[in-house]
This record gives sequence, structure tokens and C-alpha cells, in this order.
Amino acid sequence: MIENSNGNALHLNNVQIVLNDKLLLSVNETVQAGEVLTLMGPSGSGKSSLLAYIAGFLDPVFVASGDINLNETNLNELPAELRKIGLLFQDAMLFPHMSVGQNLLFAVGANVRSKAERKTLVEEALEVANLSDYFNADPATLSGGQKSRIALMRVLLSSPQALLLDEPFSKLDTNLKAQIREFVFTEAKRRMLPILMVTHDEEDAKAAGGKVITL
Amino acid sequence: MLLRLAPSFALLVLLGPIFFGLWGTIEPAFGHFPALGSDTYSLEPFHKLFQRPGLGISIALSLWTGLGTTLVAVSVVAMFIAGWSNTKWFASVQQLVSPLLSVPHAAAAFGLAFLISPSGWLLRLVSPELTGITRPPNLLILHDPMALSLMAGLIIKEIPFLLLIVLSALPQSNAKRLSHIVRSLGYGRVMGFLYVVWPNIYKQIRLGVFAVIAYATSVVDVAIILGPTTPAPLAPRLVTWMSDSDLLVRFEASAGALLQLGVTATALIAWWLLEKFGAKIMKQIAVSGRRFQKDKAIRVISLITICLTSGVVILGLVILAIWSFAGYWSFPNALPSGFSLDSWTRSWSGLISPLINTVIVGISSTLIALIISLACLEREARTGNKGGSYMLGILYLPLIVPQIGFVFGLQSFFLVFDIDATFSALILVHLVFVLPYVFLSLSDPWRAWDKRYGQAALSLGHSQNSVFWNIRAPMLLRAILVAAAVGFAVSVGQYLVTILIGAGRITTITTEAVALASGGDRRIIGVYAFLQMLMPFAGFMLASLIPNILFRGKRDMRASA
Repeated sequence: MIENSNGNALHLNNVQIVLNDKLLLSVNETVQAGEVLTLMGPSGSGKSSLLAYIAGFLDPVFVASGDINLNETNLNELPAELRKIGLLFQDAMLFPHMSVGQNLLFAVGANVRSKAERKTLVEEALEVANLSDYFNADPATLSGGQKSRIALMRVLLSSPQALLLDEPFSKLDTNLKAQIREFVFTEAKRRMLPILMVTHDEEDAKAAGGKVITL
Repeated sequence: MLLRLAPSFALLVLLGPIFFGLWGTIEPAFGHFPALGSDTYSLEPFHKLFQRPGLGISIALSLWTGLGTTLVAVSVVAMFIAGWSNTKWFASVQQLVSPLLSVPHAAAAFGLAFLISPSGWLLRLVSPELTGITRPPNLLILHDPMALSLMAGLIIKEIPFLLLIVLSALPQSNAKRLSHIVRSLGYGRVMGFLYVVWPNIYKQIRLGVFAVIAYATSVVDVAIILGPTTPAPLAPRLVTWMSDSDLLVRFEASAGALLQLGVTATALIAWWLLEKFGAKIMKQIAVSGRRFQKDKAIRVISLITICLTSGVVILGLVILAIWSFAGYWSFPNALPSGFSLDSWTRSWSGLISPLINTVIVGISSTLIALIISLACLEREARTGNKGGSYMLGILYLPLIVPQIGFVFGLQSFFLVFDIDATFSALILVHLVFVLPYVFLSLSDPWRAWDKRYGQAALSLGHSQNSVFWNIRAPMLLRAILVAAAVGFAVSVGQYLVTILIGAGRITTITTEAVALASGGDRRIIGVYAFLQMLMPFAGFMLASLIPNILFRGKRDMRASA
């Protein structure tokens, strides 16, 4: 698999998000490689908007200011597709018209040209997710936990330089939660990604083990 | 970036023809048409127009048909939705009615005519056993002077249309919660719904209702098939003058087109007053506190009416098909004594050219409309800019301004530039009516699509274009194809536009079918009307088949997902 070798950090320099002249949140933090920064707060506190701002999807009704830097690169003016920011949502968001394997192939960078090499990368990822035989499976037939693992593998195959988690475990069954949580953090930390997580769940924050900001 | 220009281009396509068409109507209406050697303005065309016998009756018929049709159709739909939303019946009726939207007006009208005429199927089914009749009675049912058959023909087609736009307004109306609240206050189901939910729905469907008024006051094809003839309503009379070989009649016809605009405007104003009056009455009844709990009768009636109107359309299509394959069939037998392909083989050589024309014009205008709509919606998705609420008004404009008011003027324009009766002109004018339907049909599913799929794909490093082609368009393929089928159906059904712009040189199945109306050969009419209905139907079949084949084995891509 492609590893994130540089081990740099995600910097949020005086980032502020304003809605209708009201300041929703203000963050000035650095997330180091392999560390998790957890944001907790009620809905409407602007935490998901912060993720959208970092990833490049902020709705124009919000006004945001402040610099986002990833490994010395300023992201503010970059379009979403060039930011190298991986995103995980509450739902796995696997593309329903593609097989599991196609979902993963879609994520592998275009710089990997050879078909065989792309396929190998995907098969390795399926192995890590413990879903080796699922290349041709319809995503709709996977269980919630399997979908989450594929979603993470899909993000990681696109070689992101940072990872944003938007309440990624909130829809999972309690008994699955811990398992998937550990899987996500282990795999992301192994690649030395800076991780920013937004959550409602104290358990998520504890498992992440990093700094927690409550809004 | 081409996408940025898409909304302006859409506006040009919609407003350009209306603007030039109105201009091309107004000028000759006031006697000014240099191409015909008249460079001065005068009121002469109007003087001549008002000397036409029975003009007042024609105007009255147009108003009566337009308002009557709309009032009945809106009431039936309102009662039905009030009485039956959130029930099993509602869901099944919805499934029954939706496909009827694609049936062209003319085909439905022919079907109705074949059912209710004195020698029609309904009478044959019960004769002579119940009636003792062995010969068709001498009754004026079709073309009746009160225009009741005409209104019936319009109502059975407008009910599915109104029901469909009501259904798309329902989710934004908080209908379930509000009707639960009002019923817990002790109000009957129907009246409670009409008090609190209907005003919300009506606000959203108002433009659609206006479109029904405009259509029913100025309809031509259905009026030729079912409407009164001595005199006819205004619009079909105008078409006769517009196709008069004496070019000087064009002046009068243009004045008539302006008159038609006035008639439709009058109907719209009358409806607007009716809205105010109705709202006031409803408020007065509401504050009286009367509960209207005994509404079973009205619920049953509304259900029966809806089923009956749909049943008539379906039965009409069946009888069209039977006639097209009928051998010898004497009155009052319920079925022909034999079936044959004679009518089909006899018509075949004449069918091919109109069939090809229909397909060329339908597919071209639909494709262009689809590209424009997709470009506008994709731009909206990328910029978050919805383009304001006036956009909806502009989309509805070609449906609210009566066609006859500007298409004839457009023809005058094309005549001057010598591009009348060309395929490009015809496709361009079809586009004016196809585009609104394609856009309206596509925009709801497009906007309801979960944006996070696109965000996920972008954050994987894919460009906006890659997301469109690989994710969004395939995931919405079903909606895109349905929109295309709607567009094609609209194009196939266009009568007036085709006859005016095609100038008799480009004929379609629809113009040929309506032209057969006066001849009265039921077998041949059956062939044409059956085909006319079959073409949109084939479009919808493809729209549901293609995704099923492409996405076989993908559970979340099924129709209901």
C-alpha cells in the first residue's frame, strides 16, 4: 500500500466560521502526524462546517476565514479534489452502481497506471479490511461494519495527507463500534495521518486518545 | 467554462421564441407586414376579425371550456388528495395515474370519442341486451354545442397532470403532521386537510394550474376531435385562418391570436378572483368551527371519479387498439367479427415518413433539452447558486402563454427568413415546450441526491467532471432517462406547433392523426392514435429497462431505492 511517508501536520491558523454575522467557532490548532484532534459540541455549533471548510465544500451561506495548511501547502485556494484530504462520513457512502472492487479502484490515484498494479493495491486493501473475497460484491449486500471498513480503505487508497472524520461511528451498532473505531485509528495512525474528528460520543474521544476541544 | 453560460442559454431558448413570436403576432395584427406589402399600421385586421360570424360564441366557449375544465380537474384532485393521502388506495391510484401522463392529448381524445359516440363502444357493450338498440341513436354526443365532450376529454388528461404536481408538492407541505393535528381537533379528514394542508400545496402548484387554464382555453387538437363546430372555440378557428391559402387572412389570424391571448388572460384573471373568493369562503367556514366529520360520501365519490377518469383513458386506448386490428364490425356487436392487419398494411406506406419525422424531432429536441437541463443543474450543484425563484416562473412561461399566441408569429418570422418548415426550426420550437418539462422532471431527483457522494469522490482526488460522469450521472441515470421520456412524450404530443411551423411539409404521427379526425375512418384513426400512444410508452419502457439492465445485481440502484 502507499504510505504517507512525510509525516507532516495539519495546521488550522485562526480559522473562524461565521453564519449570519454570528461567530460559530474559532479554532487555532495544529494536528500532528499520527495524532487525533477531537471536536465535540452540540449540533449547530459549526463543527461539521469546519470539516467542510477544510475539505473545500463549505456552503456559501457560511463565511470562513483563516489559513489551512497541510504539509507547508496552503489549501485555502485549492479546489477540493487537489487538497489530498480524506473524508469519512456517518454513512459509508459507497457508490451503489459500482462493485466493492470498483469503488476501491476508483480511489486509487491515476498515477498508478498499470491495470495489474491497481488491482494488486485494491486486493491488498481488501485483505487489510479482512474482506478478500468481496471484490465483485454489491456494496448493498455488505453489513454496516463491512461497509465502514471498505469506506476507510477507499479513502486510504487515494493516498490522503490528512483524514477528516464526521461522526463516522455514530450509526454503527454498539458492539461493532469499538472494533471499527480501533480499525480506523490503527490504519490511519500507521500511515502517520493527522486526523480531525467531529463527534457526539465521549467514547470516540477517549478511544482517539488525542486532544479534545469542546465547543 | 461552458457551464457558466448554461442558464443564460436556457433563458434564450425559452424567452427568445416567445419574444419574437409575440412580436411577429403583434405587427401583422395591426396591419404591418412588409413581406406581404403592407407597411402601415391599422386596426383593419381587428375590424375584419370581429365581423366573423359567431365570434362571441367562440370566445365564450374558450372561456367556459378553460375555466370549467380547470375547476373540475382541480376539485377532483383536491378532494382525492384530501380524502385519501397516506392510504393504500392512494398509492395504487398513484401508480395507475402516473403512466397516463405520457398519453398524448389527441390519443386520449380519440379514445374517448370511440367510447362515448352514439356508435361507440360503451353503447355497443350494453346493446342490444340492455337498451334494445340495434342502430346507433341519432344523438349529438361528440362536438356537442355545450363543449361537454371537449371538457371531458381535457379533464381526463389534466387530472393526471395535476395529481403529479400535487404529489411532488406534498413532501414540502408537512401534510401528514398537519392533518393529524387538525383531525385530533375533531375535524373530518377531507375538510381538515382542505383547511390546513391544501393552501400550502396550492401555493406550490399554482403555476401548474395556470398552465392548465392556458392550455384548456387555447387547445386545438382535442377541440378538433371532440369540440363544438358551429361555431368552434376560438383556437381551432384561428388555425383554419392561419392555414388559409389567401395570405391576406394572416392579418386577421394575427389579430385573432392576440384576441386569444386576451381570452386566456381573462380566464386567468377570473381564476385569480375565484381563488380569492374561495379562500375567503374557506376561512369563514373554518372559523365557524363546523367539523364536517361525515365525509365518507365525498371520499368515495372522489375515489370513484379518479378511477373513472383513468379508466376512461385506459379503456379508450384499448378500443383504439381494437379498431386498428378490426375486421368487419357491425353495430351493435361488442367485438369485431374478425381481426386483421389490413388497416396497418394499408396505412404503412403513409406512416413511415411521419413516424421518422416524429422520432427525429422528438429525439433531437429531447437531447438538446437534456443537455441544457443537465448543464444548468450541474452548474447549480457546483456553485450552490439556484438562480432565484423567478427561474421557475420563466420555466412555466411557455406553458402559460397560449401557444397559438406566439407560434403563429414565430412562423411569420421564419417565413421572412425562409426557414419555415425546416427541421431545425421545428426542433427549436418543440424545444421551447420540451425544455420546461425535462427540467422540472429532472430537477427534483437531481437536487435530492445526497451531495456527500460527490464530496467523497472529490476528496478521493477526482475532478468535478470525473464526478459527474462516473458518479452523479450514473447514479441518476434513471431520473435522466425518465426526464428524457417525458420530453419525448411532450414532443410527440405537439400538434399546433408542428402544424404551424412544419407548415404541412413536415408531418408527424400527431398531425396526421388529427387530420384524420374529420374523415371518420375508425380503423385508420385507430392505427395512428395507437401509434401516437405507443411512442411515448416505448420511451418510458426504455427508461425503466435500461437502468435495470445496466445495474443488474446492484440492489441500491433498483427503481424503488
